[in-house]
Amino acid sequence: MTLIKTKFNRRSFLKVSTAASGGLMLGFNWACSPPTEIAKKQAPSAWFEVNAYLSIADNGQVTIMSPNPEIGQNVKTSMPMIVAEELDVDWKDVIVKQAPLNTDVFTRQVAGGSQSIRQGWSSLRMAGGTARKMLINAAAEKWQVDPETLTTADGVITNQNGETIKYAEVASMAAEMDVPEEVELKDPKDFKIIGHGKGNVDLEEIITGKPLFGIDTKRDGMDYACVLRPPAFGMKLKSFDAAAAKNVNGVRDVIQFGDKVAVLANSTWAAMQGKKAINADWEADSKLEDSAFHDTKLKELLNKDGGEVRRKDGNPENQFAAADEVVERIYESPFLPHNCMEPMNFFADVTAEKVELYGPIQTPAGTRRRVAELLGRDESEITVGMSRMGGGFGRRLYGDFVLEAAEISDKSKKPVQLIYTREDDMTAGIYRPAIKYKIRAGLKDGKINAYQLTEAAINSNMYGILPNNFPAGALADYEVVNHKYDSNITTGAWRAPYTNFLASAEQSFLDEIAEMINTDPVQLRIDMLEKAKAGFAPEGNYEPDKFIGVIKLAAEKANWGNKEEGVFKGFSAYYSHNSYVAEVAEVVMERNKPKVTKVTVAIDCGIVVNPVGAINQAMGGVIDGIGHAMYGDFAFANGRPQADNFDNYRLIRSSEAPQVDIHFVESIESPTGLGEPTLPPAGGAVANAIYAATGKRLYKQPYSKQDITLG
Amino acid sequence: MASITLKINKKNYEVDVDPQTPLLWVIRDHVGLVGTKYGCGIAQCGACTVHLNGTAVRSCSLPVSSIGGSEITTIEGLSANADHPVQKAWREHDVPQCGYCQAGQIMTAASLLSQNANPSDKDIENTMNGNLCRCATYNKIKDAVKSASKMS
Repeated sequence: MTLIKTKFNRRSFLKVSTAASGGLMLGFNWACSPPTEIAKKQAPSAWFEVNAYLSIADNGQVTIMSPNPEIGQNVKTSMPMIVAEELDVDWKDVIVKQAPLNTDVFTRQVAGGSQSIRQGWSSLRMAGGTARKMLINAAAEKWQVDPETLTTADGVITNQNGETIKYAEVASMAAEMDVPEEVELKDPKDFKIIGHGKGNVDLEEIITGKPLFGIDTKRDGMDYACVLRPPAFGMKLKSFDAAAAKNVNGVRDVIQFGDKVAVLANSTWAAMQGKKAINADWEADSKLEDSAFHDTKLKELLNKDGGEVRRKDGNPENQFAAADEVVERIYESPFLPHNCMEPMNFFADVTAEKVELYGPIQTPAGTRRRVAELLGRDESEITVGMSRMGGGFGRRLYGDFVLEAAEISDKSKKPVQLIYTREDDMTAGIYRPAIKYKIRAGLKDGKINAYQLTEAAINSNMYGILPNNFPAGALADYEVVNHKYDSNITTGAWRAPYTNFLASAEQSFLDEIAEMINTDPVQLRIDMLEKAKAGFAPEGNYEPDKFIGVIKLAAEKANWGNKEEGVFKGFSAYYSHNSYVAEVAEVVMERNKPKVTKVTVAIDCGIVVNPVGAINQAMGGVIDGIGHAMYGDFAFANGRPQADNFDNYRLIRSSEAPQVDIHFVESIESPTGLGEPTLPPAGGAVANAIYAATGKRLYKQPYSKQDITLG
Repeated sequence: MASITLKINKKNYEVDVDPQTPLLWVIRDHVGLVGTKYGCGIAQCGACTVHLNGTAVRSCSLPVSSIGGSEITTIEGLSANADHPVQKAWREHDVPQCGYCQAGQIMTAASLLSQNANPSDKDIENTMNGNLCRCATYNKIKDAVKSASKMS
């Protein structure tokens, strides 16, 4: 058992014992009972809130609040699993509910950086453990025994005489107990819920089409709104004529705000038609950029002296001068839109008394702050409800669409559901920036003696921890430099920011170097990590042993080294979001074209909370990584995005998805990220496998455009 | 505007809409069944898939005036107790990630199985290729469709 100090203060424990009606059950989700079993259960007549995370009903049901936004990473299932584990209840009795934004009681209500489970781990365990302790204390008081003599299992407390009492029977007492200063947490080997696959708690709603997503929001008196935005980055609104728009059936109002025009209507379709009918003139107010210009700029920057030195070990210049050979390669990637299947949307109801916001947002707290600033309101007047999200991928970290909805509601004095068309979603994006890398390695006596990574990116520099990612720490003479070009095109985080392409570049480069120095690519990585272990250079941000662990596991599971007729393999490994991933991609030639058929994946992410959800995340990350490396392309001409819907933007489809074989390293260490880490290595694994099959090195994404046989 | 009677999930709905309105928006905004999703509006992603007389169609690109007396089935009407073989298989495989495209995937799969009770892997892939899933649940979808085909 682990003894930990509780961090809850009295404020976290509202201690409201609510006599709730059956009506409260609406919107609740049964964790794992099929609908037929739900019908058999009797509705509870009273709920007792033991703490902000959980309530226990008089019939034994337990409601657990899932604090973080759900974007498909399945935290709405896995976070409550952690609470239920320490509370020690049967998962069948658990009902999960999405918590509203409440920064007083919940920590970090954000979906981003693959950090929900890692950063929520302790608070969630404490929430369950504290409640369990209070229930035990209540039973001890009732029985007049020492609480230390009581044990729990599946929502039942047992004393030394073998007498039992259910949590439900002491829940009202427990809700009034003092909050314990210390709680005992379980030994991971005793986990009964964590580590055991549980189905998605929203599955029944999803497969029966219940309202669940932001776009499904309907309120009395609500208008649907669509917004006309400048058609190009660098343009602003000059003038517009709304007469035709106002004549569209169902259109109720047309409102200008800033350089945008909102059309409010009685249906989404009418709002879309109204938007099309607006006659607007635009004018340039800054440079109208295009992709050829970005290419030239970024290449110039790669070859320019200076730049920001992010990390420098040893003396790479001297080592390059002393090398037998210096290898230099340039890797290029385009902008990428996020393309969440659910387009951006949000509900806002701004009145004199309050501001109600509801919908799909990865950063509810930050967004509330921005809305408060925009409207000049106090944050306490603003509520934010979180709907399930039809994908996030980083796009919903940015509350731009929430600000729009709030502003439209404020100006129109009506509740508004703002909806982006697919074209709006793709062309008013906050894109993964186009990035180019130049990687140089000095080779001396069959080893890498110096390594330099130069980055040139649109708008942003590689941030904080990335210069310390492998191979940092494994090479004595190592340098990371970056440059940026400030563009008016909006850019931001996209699933596994930076590493989504950086890993492709570096893992392809290492494959090429391994071949040049006649070393097996797996062995090259292990040799480098052994040096990192030996304190060869200042530490990287990873643990070399764990890294070697996944590399060896993936190689073993994929039969690396065993040649199979007609199957070509490529290796890649990357550490990101605190997790270690190695991947072996397999390619076969079909009608003279390479086809990715299988990816074997080894992952060390600490304890796997929910194996069912974990496999989904890992598989999705791999296929997403391959899809964007192969097909994702997004260009600009005169500031205008050149793709605006799925007929001219290619996403990976079913027939292109390889089999994905996933292996988790068994661990009792606290869980680390999983929503993103399998994505970064995928591009490099595929590029290296395609090289093995075709003899062609891939340097430019999307690979299908560098080499048409990949299309 | 025109008054149109639609037969959705065996119930009649009368709506007063612009006849050019795509069936998708009539179903979502006017009838109020929001399980059918908007993804692209140009029949490229399959999120809006419903059945018209049992066959999968893209409701985002069908003007409501073209429906006539056809029987429309949406995800809400696929089965009475969430027990269609495809729904059961989705539960068995825990297919969804974000879940947004899944109604369209399920309706496409159900239509396939009604026309081809024993589809080959290639049949499944060819049919499901029209439905995008940004979370890339493709492999689980293929497995679930296969399982569903064995149930019926």
